Amino acid sequence: MTKSKDEKLPKLRGRTLKKSEKITEISFLAPSVTGVLLFFILPFFVVVYYSVIDNPINHEFVFFDNFVSIVQNEAFLMAAKNTTLFSVIAVPLVVVLSLLLALLLDSKIPFKSQLRASFLCPMMVPTASIVLVWQVMFHKYGTVNQLLEVFEIESVDWLKTPLGMTVVILMFLWKNLGYNMILFLAAISNIPNDILEVATLEGAGAFYKFFHLKLRYLSPTILFVTVLSLINSFKIFREVYLLTGDYPDSLYMIQHFMNNTFSLLEYQKLSSSAIIMSLVMVVVIAFLFIAEYWFGKDVE
Amino acid sequence: MMKKASSKRKNIGRKLVKFFLTAYAIFTAFLFLFPTVVTIANSFMTQKEINANYGAMISNFDKNETKKTFISDKLNLKLIPDKVSLEQYKTVLFKSSDYLMKFWNSVILVVPIVLFQIIVASLAAYSFARYRGKLKELLFFLYVILMLMPYQVTLVPNYIVADKLGILDTRLSIILPGIFAPFSVFLLAKVMRRIPASFIEAAKLDGAGEIQIFTQICLPLSKSAIFSVSLLLFIDYWNMVEQPLIMLSDTDYHPLSVFLSKINTGDVGLAFAVAVIYMIPTLLMFFYGEDYLVEGIAYSGGIKG
Repeated sequence: MTKSKDEKLPKLRGRTLKKSEKITEISFLAPSVTGVLLFFILPFFVVVYYSVIDNPINHEFVFFDNFVSIVQNEAFLMAAKNTTLFSVIAVPLVVVLSLLLALLLDSKIPFKSQLRASFLCPMMVPTASIVLVWQVMFHKYGTVNQLLEVFEIESVDWLKTPLGMTVVILMFLWKNLGYNMILFLAAISNIPNDILEVATLEGAGAFYKFFHLKLRYLSPTILFVTVLSLINSFKIFREVYLLTGDYPDSLYMIQHFMNNTFSLLEYQKLSSSAIIMSLVMVVVIAFLFIAEYWFGKDVE
Repeated sequence: MMKKASSKRKNIGRKLVKFFLTAYAIFTAFLFLFPTVVTIANSFMTQKEINANYGAMISNFDKNETKKTFISDKLNLKLIPDKVSLEQYKTVLFKSSDYLMKFWNSVILVVPIVLFQIIVASLAAYSFARYRGKLKELLFFLYVILMLMPYQVTLVPNYIVADKLGILDTRLSIILPGIFAPFSVFLLAKVMRRIPASFIEAAKLDGAGEIQIFTQICLPLSKSAIFSVSLLLFIDYWNMVEQPLIMLSDTDYHPLSVFLSKINTGDVGLAFAVAVIYMIPTLLMFFYGEDYLVEGIAYSGGIKG
């Protein structure tokens, strides 16, 4: 922006070109920036505003009262607890398992492309389409319980007890492993071959090569997959909603809380919980990036 | 001699490992395919058979269904129909218009979002990729942060705007924020940055204008990336649940992705056929564009970008 001023001797042609470039630069960007400002950024300031006033009619400034009342709200606490619990278990699990799956597909086994397609398939199938099968499997009188009966294990009502979390985690893994696996596969194929060959010549074992070489090169991808899985873990509401509806017994997530608050139009609750969540996200992502910086520092 | 024997043993060991790995991979792949295969297989059963097998799942079935005697009190997950029939499909496609309406709701929400997001995003991506600057970098960073925010954060601002614009309870309240979502800007900008500057300089020397450079060099060169991103977008929005629940209070406008979840309280006999019809568009895209999809995923990780 300041450059055109700094140039002391602009050629005439060069100058007009610059101008036309400037016009393109701005006009190409304009639709997107307008939309982002209108639908995301500006209303976010409204959200911040709503979170510090008492109600949209009075407009009285109340500092952090809304935040205090939301962290004392039982429904919010339960939703936050369940969502955190789910993410803390599911995200590391999906990262490790998809890395293992990628290593499996990277080893010398036949049917690679068929296997890759089957692992990607769950991502393509709309959750709503297969949710019925999951319900049949984990119903009180469903398939899994019938299998358990064979081994004389008492049947459980999966979706209505704390065990529901297990079902949802399975579903999350099922849905997301394929995508992450592809990311890892691409990263593995990018590891320079000569380094691995030198290591082999020097007598390095498979374990050494994995932990000291491959893992180092994969660390940016591990970070990316972790961030991505974290974001996807907040989308698990879809599966939970489709499986159990508006008021699940043990799987009440942040999105449930928000949906129910939306229907009551309680702007203060909504705004303050959205802000709390965005702060948590910023902190977590910043932490991951710092961790990656320390871990991956010596690769280059 | 000794050496030969040991290398032979090593070979056998390797083969065994390979065999077990393959067997394990195939077993896992089977588990991954299982729910989809069951859904497709069950869609060819008659409604009567479905009701007999899964009737116990319908809430309060014993009150209303006592007259029908074939309902098992357990749920029987079956892979092979007693009699292959197209009855479910016939009913869904020709007798009740309800499901087709919901399918149409999905189409009319998703197609404009994907189409216009790609247009808006490729323009913005070109601008991000071609011209740099401190302010630009900051703006791009903002897009990345926004992209990382979960729905639970962005839906509240979206709702407030929709309310202020008076488009709440209309499809626009979902389509408009969808069009401006930053996901594809981020991906396409990464791809477009890899276009060699020499291409663009050469075109300029030939007298091409900015718009020509964009449409005749930049777009063709990022064609496959655009296709990949569209696929990822389509899958994501075809699956949407959160937005319609919040923005559309009238369930008549709800897409099939939301509606299907309520089917088990009603017409289980048709659910599988509806489910299959709903997965056809994404499955077709998958078979047609698997390589694009894989490429798109790799782009999203910045591994190929």
